[in-house]
Amino acid sequence: MSIQAKQNNGITHLTFKDEMTIYTALEQKNALSQHLNADHEIQVDLSEVSEIDSAGLQVLLFLKQEASSKNIILSLTHHSQAVVEVLELLNLTAHFGDPVIISADWKTS
Amino acid sequence: MSELDAALETFAQEAQELLTEMEDSLLILEDTPDDSETINSVFRAMHTIKGSSGLFGFNIIVAFTHEAETILDQVRNGERSIDAALISTLLDCKDHTINLLEFCFETPEADLSDELKQVSDKLIEQLTGKAPQDQSLTTTEENTAEVETEGGNISSDNWLISLDFQQDALRNGMDPLSFIRYLKTIGSIEQILTHTPELPSGNDMDPESCYLQFRILFKSDADKQTIEEVFEFASDDCDIKILPPDSKIEHYLNLLDSQPEEQVSLLGDMLVKTGAITENDIKKALTAQSNSSQDEAETIKPLGEILVEQQAIQQPVVEEALKKQEQTRKKVATDASYIRVDSNKLGQLINLVGELVISGAAMNLMVERHGLADVEEIATSMNTLVSDIRDTALELRMVQIGETFSRFRRVVRDVSKELNKDIELTISGGESELDKTVVEKINDPLTHLIRNSLDHGIELPEQRLQAGKPAQGHISLNAFHESGHIVIQIIDDGAGLDSEKIVAKAISNGLITSADDMSQQEIFNLIFEAGLSTKKQASSLSGRGVGMDVVKRNIEALRGSVDINSIDGKGTTITIHLPLTLAIIDGFMVETEQERYIIPLSMVEECVEMDEKEWEIDDIQHYVNLRGEVMPYLHLGDYFHNRTHHNKTSRESLVVVRFGQTKAGFVVDELLGEHQTVIKPLGKVFQSLKGVTGATVLGDGNVALILDVQGLIHQATKNKQRMPSRLTSAA
Repeated sequence: MSIQAKQNNGITHLTFKDEMTIYTALEQKNALSQHLNADHEIQVDLSEVSEIDSAGLQVLLFLKQEASSKNIILSLTHHSQAVVEVLELLNLTAHFGDPVIISADWKTS
Repeated sequence: MSELDAALETFAQEAQELLTEMEDSLLILEDTPDDSETINSVFRAMHTIKGSSGLFGFNIIVAFTHEAETILDQVRNGERSIDAALISTLLDCKDHTINLLEFCFETPEADLSDELKQVSDKLIEQLTGKAPQDQSLTTTEENTAEVETEGGNISSDNWLISLDFQQDALRNGMDPLSFIRYLKTIGSIEQILTHTPELPSGNDMDPESCYLQFRILFKSDADKQTIEEVFEFASDDCDIKILPPDSKIEHYLNLLDSQPEEQVSLLGDMLVKTGAITENDIKKALTAQSNSSQDEAETIKPLGEILVEQQAIQQPVVEEALKKQEQTRKKVATDASYIRVDSNKLGQLINLVGELVISGAAMNLMVERHGLADVEEIATSMNTLVSDIRDTALELRMVQIGETFSRFRRVVRDVSKELNKDIELTISGGESELDKTVVEKINDPLTHLIRNSLDHGIELPEQRLQAGKPAQGHISLNAFHESGHIVIQIIDDGAGLDSEKIVAKAISNGLITSADDMSQQEIFNLIFEAGLSTKKQASSLSGRGVGMDVVKRNIEALRGSVDINSIDGKGTTITIHLPLTLAIIDGFMVETEQERYIIPLSMVEECVEMDEKEWEIDDIQHYVNLRGEVMPYLHLGDYFHNRTHHNKTSRESLVVVRFGQTKAGFVVDELLGEHQTVIKPLGKVFQSLKGVTGATVLGDGNVALILDVQGLIHQATKNKQRMPSRLTSAA
């Protein structure tokens, strides 16, 4: 299971483990769908995403789209360096609207 | 001194051509006043004439053309707009320049005559006096220039790249992100928009399908090819559009402009060469084009339009490329290495070729007579060469009739202004070719006929509206080839001919006694008789009753014919048939009463030897029945030799000739076959001779007459009609 879920005060905390790529996208999407059908507020922890590709990005985009259509409060937190890089590359940070914390030296790595 | 004369000659010719071109351009400008290329050509004419005149010291011309040039320069730079009044003035300037040139050529040293000087002053005043009021119009031009840059949706200096990945992209191992990362290595992404308009919701979303679309503003010095290569691997799974930045547009336009004008390239090639689009773009567009042409056969979109639609390139670049293509085409057409040849030399050449044809025929005769089998082969191949030389030589003198036709634009324009009529002239078939000598001689008759149509044919706008016709009259000038002839038609949609008036006038002039047995056609043709005019009042243009007979005579002198047809209230059609050449034709030789005759081969429909089963002559009704088809006939023996009795045992043959729509049969004693015929005009003494248009010298030195087929057909038709009456008088 590449997604860890925790319930806390009605808020669902989801943590993506390892990568978000074409290999994990289907599984992750299915897991997400369950939560999207049941929960009201979802916090996604991206700190452990070591790699993200287009498919993974699509999962995030899908998540955002579903959440807004179902009035679920969605926030992405703790963006990993890989995620930040992609969001920056595609200028999507604003689209997700979450505060992104960028470490000072992320670009050098 | 003689060198100077030669130079003057060249200048005169060049000036003439430039001015003709200028006139054409001005008339084009009347319809499309913004065409900068045309404006340039007008400017060039004035500019070149001014320069050359300066060389020869024709200061009066320099002074005059300088004013015109200045104005045109302003027009060219957009400081002054061109309108109908200015075009009119410029047309007058063109005419005046011709007068000035003539004056200078005739009396190079003299001062300008008062008359010419007055015209000069007046025109200069007209040209310069109007400048201020037109200045307000220049701003509009600037506006349009700005609007032109739209078509691409960007206004900054960036490439616009749009990537629409197809759903299978991910499954095929593509990672769109990696392309974008790679893109960054050749330039900087100024702005990127990721959107997923097709991302389905819920279970429909397949995480392994790709729904990503990107719009990228990309800043880079790389050319389009390089940028496209970035996405090379994705090209199967992604819809890629790369639009060049505005600054590139400028760049492409410049590149297009600097492309050599040596040959006409395809639009696609031109664009690829400048780098505005890539080979891939072209392929895609061409596929789209051929697909759409399969779907709907009628409307095939031009390549340029498809390219713009596919967002491979901006509109202005395509426009410029098309313009360039057109320019090149024109230039290639005119540049195509012409040499000026004295027309006398050409005439001489054609005479020599004529003699060559005759002596070739003589040689053939000798070869045949002496039965020299081995020489025969050589003679045959020489014959082929001679006839090739003949055709080529004649072709040298062939010119397109279009130039003559386009002169009438001016005539129509001026005359319709003068008469307060609104008349449009359309020209078609201008590319039809015919002998230069014929073209030169047809000019006057054509002018006359067109003036007639303008003056008598087309009614005043009010009358036209009353008659339920559009206020604008219409004259069309057509030319096409038909069986060795060129046919020129002048069609107007005017009032048509009033046959009653013509008959009345003809009777009062004593041309005919009654019109009872005349066909409508014959009545119309009466207007070609001398002294007949139905117009009550003669105008400055036409209507004095002289002219039409001269027209007919001139055309007939060219071995042509003129016919008129008219529908009352609907319009008139004048049809002129002319032979393509006056020098050498392919003839068909026949013999009657030991005399040889030539029938122009182009008019021969078929030949039939005497055979009761195939054809029979009805002496009484005077027709020949050929396989059920009835046509008038003429015994050449009867006609030319007054032969009265027929030796029924002799073999006779029938030559079926056709002129336009009418057919007739000539009965002759013997068919001798094809013959290259050098036409020698008959002397003045024989000019009234009917049925013969010329003569030719045969290989054995004998003379054969060339038959006037048209006249003879006419004669045969008349015989057929008169026959019954002759029978009754004989009885």
